Amino acid sequence: MKISSTEVLHVAHLARLSIDETDLAAFSEQLGGILEYVAKLSGIDTSGVTPTAHAVDMANAFRNDKIHQHLQSEEALANAPEADDGLFVVPKIIE
Amino acid sequence: MKLHELTIHEALRLLNKKEISAAELTNAVLDRISQVEPLVDAYITVTADTARKAAEAADQAIRRGEAGALAGIPLGIKDLICTRGIPTTCASRMLEDFRPPYDATVMEKLNAAGAVMVGKLNMDEFAMGSSTENSGFKPTRNPWDPSRVPGGSSGGSAASVAADMCLGALGSDTGGSIRQPASHCGVVGIKPTYGRVSRYGLVAFASSLDQIGPMTKDVTDAAILLNAISGYDPRDSTSVDQPVPDYTKALTRDIRGIKIGIAKEYQETAGICESVCRAVEQAMAVFRSAGAEFVDISLPHTDYAVAAYYLIAPAEASSNLARYDGVKYGFRATSEPGRNRNLFDMYKSTRSSGFGAEVKRRILLGTYALSAGYYDAYYKKASQVRTLIKHDFKTAFDTCDIILAPVAPTPAFAFGENTDDPLQMYLSDIFTLSANLAGIPGLSVPCGFSDEGLPIGLQLMGSYFEEASLLNAAYCFEQQTDYSNQKANPAKH
Repeated sequence: MKISSTEVLHVAHLARLSIDETDLAAFSEQLGGILEYVAKLSGIDTSGVTPTAHAVDMANAFRNDKIHQHLQSEEALANAPEADDGLFVVPKIIE
Repeated sequence: MKLHELTIHEALRLLNKKEISAAELTNAVLDRISQVEPLVDAYITVTADTARKAAEAADQAIRRGEAGALAGIPLGIKDLICTRGIPTTCASRMLEDFRPPYDATVMEKLNAAGAVMVGKLNMDEFAMGSSTENSGFKPTRNPWDPSRVPGGSSGGSAASVAADMCLGALGSDTGGSIRQPASHCGVVGIKPTYGRVSRYGLVAFASSLDQIGPMTKDVTDAAILLNAISGYDPRDSTSVDQPVPDYTKALTRDIRGIKIGIAKEYQETAGICESVCRAVEQAMAVFRSAGAEFVDISLPHTDYAVAAYYLIAPAEASSNLARYDGVKYGFRATSEPGRNRNLFDMYKSTRSSGFGAEVKRRILLGTYALSAGYYDAYYKKASQVRTLIKHDFKTAFDTCDIILAPVAPTPAFAFGENTDDPLQMYLSDIFTLSANLAGIPGLSVPCGFSDEGLPIGLQLMGSYFEEASLLNAAYCFEQQTDYSNQKANPAKH
């Protein structure tokens, strides 16, 4: 299965990745090869089969709604590329 | 015997008899690291100072008679397990300067047991790879032959144990990342049942498949480490609330009457090299003479496992890795001068320069499989096939106790041998990734050498929470063979 450069660029945008010209050709070819391989799944009849999301059978995990010890904002901000006054700083969003 | 060559159980005996001190042991391991690290490149960070302090604390605890189960044991930790205040990079430029503000649950448990962390181990970036060539910093070399890869993604963990640069290590396994490098480096590695060990503080790759496990010099050590890290954790809602047996007590060597299943689909798999076939057949003879019975089983959907895995794992990865956006922690690309950057540009340039090629490839593949119009055909279909694979194992375990298989189709390959074609690399995971899809435990124990002298591992898989029977069978095998005692000598080459 082929995947076009336009499709790769679209998916890259969804994933917030930019891809340059040289990588684009390689990624298109490699992804095409992988998609061609995984297409073999369409040969299995899975009608009525419940998809597995969790490997071990278990019910919902609930906990009591109690306050626990959590990170203080100073610790939470310690790894931020840019922080100010207890907040994460990002490029301007609203013009 | 040199101190760094000790196993965990040997060292514990000597420490508790006060024949050696934790400080001596830790210093011996740190010296060993200084000697052979230039040849192996197993560590991303060596934590010599904190290790010496922890060793002193362990010595005091031993003197007071309050020693924990791992007091004074020097361990290496794969660099995707969060260690408070100590860099946790996932071998990615994206997290090069990341210092977690908390410890993973497994680290809390190891610290409480008195273990001494000597450093953080190299890996494929974000655990995506089978060779450690995808590390954003450096490749790790196989201590048995520096021209070969150590396997991956826990390649640093496997190599450090094989080269005596720690007494034992933690790795993580999403599709074989503990078992395959253990096989390639001649050490023992176990991927526990999904939910046996808490994933809290394990940097997520594919959350429904990831599991932390021990990598050790022998089976007894694997049981000791598994004792220390297993158990329910309310902070990981996927961990399972089941009592943890004492795995060391399971090591009786008695396997008479156990039924070992041989899957015809594994035997029919193309591309298994001669030396691996030979080693596995010889291992079967050892089990037979120990009183095991062999039964033929079938895992009919084996041929679809690689395809299902390489949709599910990248899909989960694309979602998990969305968090690396240059805002809360990790790398942020600085804006180009004169350019009025908006938030999207910042996201894109951060992610494009922070991630390596394999990580980008998997994010793209996963995003594609989850995107509108393709979700049913790819992600949902793969999740349904996962159910069929799970069912295959459930049926097989009705007639056998353990499944015996190769770990990898070949011994360790040379650098660059598989890097041009990602699909070829993926196909080599055929024997390991089914256990992750099904959630069952699997281990690798050394079972021979290739003609070139490279180690080969044997895989044993069991039903849910049957780690004890796997460890006992591996122990029985280990006691009747000499493969685990063979030493790599990285300085020889």
